[in-house]
Order: sequence, then C-alpha cells, then structure tokens
Amino acid sequence: MCGIVGLYLKNKALESELGKLFTPMLIAMTDRGPDSAGFAIYGDEVGDDQIKLTLRHPDTNYDWSALAGGLEKALSTSVNWFSNSKVAVFKIGSDAAAAGDYIATHAPDVQILSAGQSIEILKEVGLPEQIAETFNLPAMKGSHIIGHTRMATESAVTMAGSHPFSTGQDLCLVHNGSLSNHNRLRDRLKRQGVVFETENDSEVAAGYLTWRLQQGDTLAEALEHALKELDGFYTFAIGTRNGFAVLRDPIACKPAVLAETDDYVAMASEYQALTTLPGIENAKVWEPEPATLYVWEREQ
Amino acid sequence: MKTINLQEQSVRELNQLLHDQAAECTEREWEVLEPKGAHNIACGIDQSLSVDIKGHAGYFCAGMNKHAHITVFGNAGQGVAENMMSGTVRVKGDASQAAGATAHGGLLVIEGNAGARCGISMKGIDIVVKGNVGHMSCFMGQAGSLVVCGDAGDALGDSLYEVHIYVKGDVKSLGADCIEKEMRDEHIEELTALLNRAGVDEDPSKFKRYGSARQLYNFKVDNASAY
Repeated sequence: MCGIVGLYLKNKALESELGKLFTPMLIAMTDRGPDSAGFAIYGDEVGDDQIKLTLRHPDTNYDWSALAGGLEKALSTSVNWFSNSKVAVFKIGSDAAAAGDYIATHAPDVQILSAGQSIEILKEVGLPEQIAETFNLPAMKGSHIIGHTRMATESAVTMAGSHPFSTGQDLCLVHNGSLSNHNRLRDRLKRQGVVFETENDSEVAAGYLTWRLQQGDTLAEALEHALKELDGFYTFAIGTRNGFAVLRDPIACKPAVLAETDDYVAMASEYQALTTLPGIENAKVWEPEPATLYVWEREQ
Repeated sequence: MKTINLQEQSVRELNQLLHDQAAECTEREWEVLEPKGAHNIACGIDQSLSVDIKGHAGYFCAGMNKHAHITVFGNAGQGVAENMMSGTVRVKGDASQAAGATAHGGLLVIEGNAGARCGISMKGIDIVVKGNVGHMSCFMGQAGSLVVCGDAGDALGDSLYEVHIYVKGDVKSLGADCIEKEMRDEHIEELTALLNRAGVDEDPSKFKRYGSARQLYNFKVDNASAY
C-alpha cells in the first residue's frame, strides 16, 4: 500500500499557494505510507539554455558551493544554486549530460534526483509530516506537484526506494501497487541502456517510460505501451513540464480518485486527501476508469 | 435526532454509540456531519436506525449492516455495504469498487455509478445502480439481484451462480458462464418490485436479463479452459 497525490493548477493565481494547498494532501496519506515520502514540484522554470538539477547528499553540511564552483570552472558557465536540507537545486548554463558527467566524476556521492527546466524532486525516509516540515513544503510555489507516501512492499525502506522517480528530463512517476514482471523487464531495459539505481519495481516503470520516450513516443503513446508491457497492479501519477497524467492498470485494484474544478485538477489514492482543497464540496469527483489515460496539459 | 460531527468525534466513538443502540434503542435518527472520506463509518449496526451521512464516505461504509437504513449524501469508497445482512444502504453519488461485496441481504441503491466488481460474491443482497457498473461486476455472485440502469463493464457475471442480473444499457462483455436469458413475466415482476423499492423510475421492459449457464457448477474437462 502507498498513497499518491497530485495537484495541477489551472488557475495561475493559486500558484503562490501550491505548497500550502498540497501539504495537507500529502500528510492525509500517512496511513497509506508512513515510511518515506516525497514530491516533485514544477515551477520556477529556467530558460532553454539552462538546466535545473536537484541534487542530494546525505550530509546536511555538504559543501555545495565548492561543487558549484567546480562546475562553473569545468563547464565555463554560471551556476546559481540554493540548498534545502540535504538537497540543493543547481541552475546551470549547460546541458544535463555535461553537468551529470562532472558530478559523477568529481562528486560521486552526490545523487541527481531530477533534471529538467522545471522539475525539483525532494524526498526522504520518514513520516510525511516531518518531510513536509524539513523541506518547508507549505512555502513552495509552482504550477503542479505530485507526491507519494510509501509503505515498502517490493524493496527496502531506503532513500533510494522512495518516490517520485524521475524518468528523463522534467518527467516523474509515482506508483501505488506492485509490478510482477519487473525483474525480466529490468534486464531487457538494461540491455537497451537504461540505468537503474535500485531493485525497486516502480523504478522499472519509470525506466520503461524513459526508454519509450527515447524511442520517440509521446507521453500518451509511452503510457499506451506501458499498459501492454507492465504486468501487475498500479495506479500511476505522472508529471511532465507542462502536464499531469493518471493511469490505472486494466484490473484497477489500486484506488484513485480525481477531482476537478475551474481552478485545479487533483488526484489522490483516497478522497480523504482532497478534503482540504478550496471548493472541493462542489468539485466534479470521480473514479478514473481502468486502462484509461487521463491527461491535462497546459500550453508552454 | 442525534448529530455527530466526525471532525469533533472519532469514527470509533460514532460506531460505539450506534452499536450501543442494539441493547437499548434510545435514538433512532442519526446524522453524521463532515465525514470527509473517513473509513468504516456506520459499520456493524444491529438495530433499525436511520443514519444520514452528509458528505463523502471512505472505505467500507455501512459494512455488515443489519436492520439500519443508511444514506450517504455523497460518494462512497471501496466496499460500501460489504457483507450487509439486512436493511438499506443508499449512496446518492458514486460508489467505488466492490460495492455490496459478499452481502447476504438488504437493499443497496447507488444513484450514481459503481466501480469494478460491484456485487462480487454477493449472497442474497439486492443491488440497484442507477448509473453504470465497472468490470467484473457480480463475479462469483451466488444469490440476490443486480439491477443496472446504465451500462456494464467487461466480464459481467463471471463464474456466476444464481444471481439475477438485469441491465438496461450495454454490456461490454459477459464473463465465463454468464449468458443472456429470456425475460419472462416473473422477471418483469421481480424487476418492477426492485425498481419500486429503490425508488427508481425506469421501464422494466427495457432491461435484459443475464444469468448463469450453469456449465461451471461441476468440473467437466471440456470446460477446463473456462475455469
């Protein structure tokens, strides 16, 4: 069991309150997932000539400024950065591959949680309430956000096993359920060059989407392929730079509820997580159909 | 009328108060405010009470109900009226998966749509759904009736025993051993009574009847692929 929640704002006026609206949603799913929590927030975009990386180091006092200085020198570019607990967000005038290579070589104990123009991923082991507080989630701004509270079933309670998993630039996935063919699929994807960092089944789903997108699929096409190839139970919430999607497996064992108003689209594993949203009393509330793709996108 | 606000009192306290009525009934009418999707609301009642839940309910609402009349003025989560024995449960909105699962008696009315596996393994309950039902509805249904005024999803009535299924709209597919059957006078009569009890205004002659072909009752090697 896990809890997943997502909030996609249609009304730009609410963007300054995204974190405040989302915090109680994440905490409401504690019963479904008390061992780790995380979220991917979209906003504060950098230009096309820049890349934004979310980096994590286990040491809260890690010297991010030294890493930023090293990157600036090596890539002959500017790096703007800020840190938040064990995580730092780097905005770099370079491409993700060059920055990633430098970090892998010169700071191998730094983990890249996400890369893109818009996405930032923050996650930790612990209770959702503590994690929201650690990162000061209520103060965060943005256009949409996807979160996960984990009750580990398929791999250990570790930072690496916590969601969201980023799957290519600006793309992330959270999963409630369990995949039954993840080992075989992982081997197949490895042969295609997809790199995995954990034994987690959800990372295979994330890796599968990355691979399909590399093959030229649109997000919708990648998810249609996923329906055919991923065996097991799942409700996925997926974030992209400008969009938000929800998908359930054909058996639809894992719960999901969607709510829509003029101001937002929200999803959660259970209705409990939606009760604090403004205007929820009059929202359109429904249960997504199995094997049906629900996508919301805004113009970039 | 007794009013309980679930933002001020716990579901456990509410259910204990409702259970206490089984010994000595002092208050027949109950109103539950601000349920906000809480699970297990009004479970295990064993008394002829009237309970109005003013909002959306979470999982297993009105489970194991006996004698009570429970209305959800909103949507209900998974397993509403699971294992109901008697009484009535009415959901004004939609119900999630496994509505009325394994229930032995009583009437469940869903005014919106029901999700997957509505009436799974039902054992005597009558279920009337004004909207659609999801896939695998009535799976291994043993006794009772399922009335669907909208459409039914895939594999309706898979591995069915003796439930009477009536559907007005389209059936996406029938499950193993479920077949369309003739609508005789006695079925029109039964359906009319069910619609009346549920307070649903539909023309019984517009429905089709489905039931068990009874080919899976005993193992036959010819049917091995259907098990």
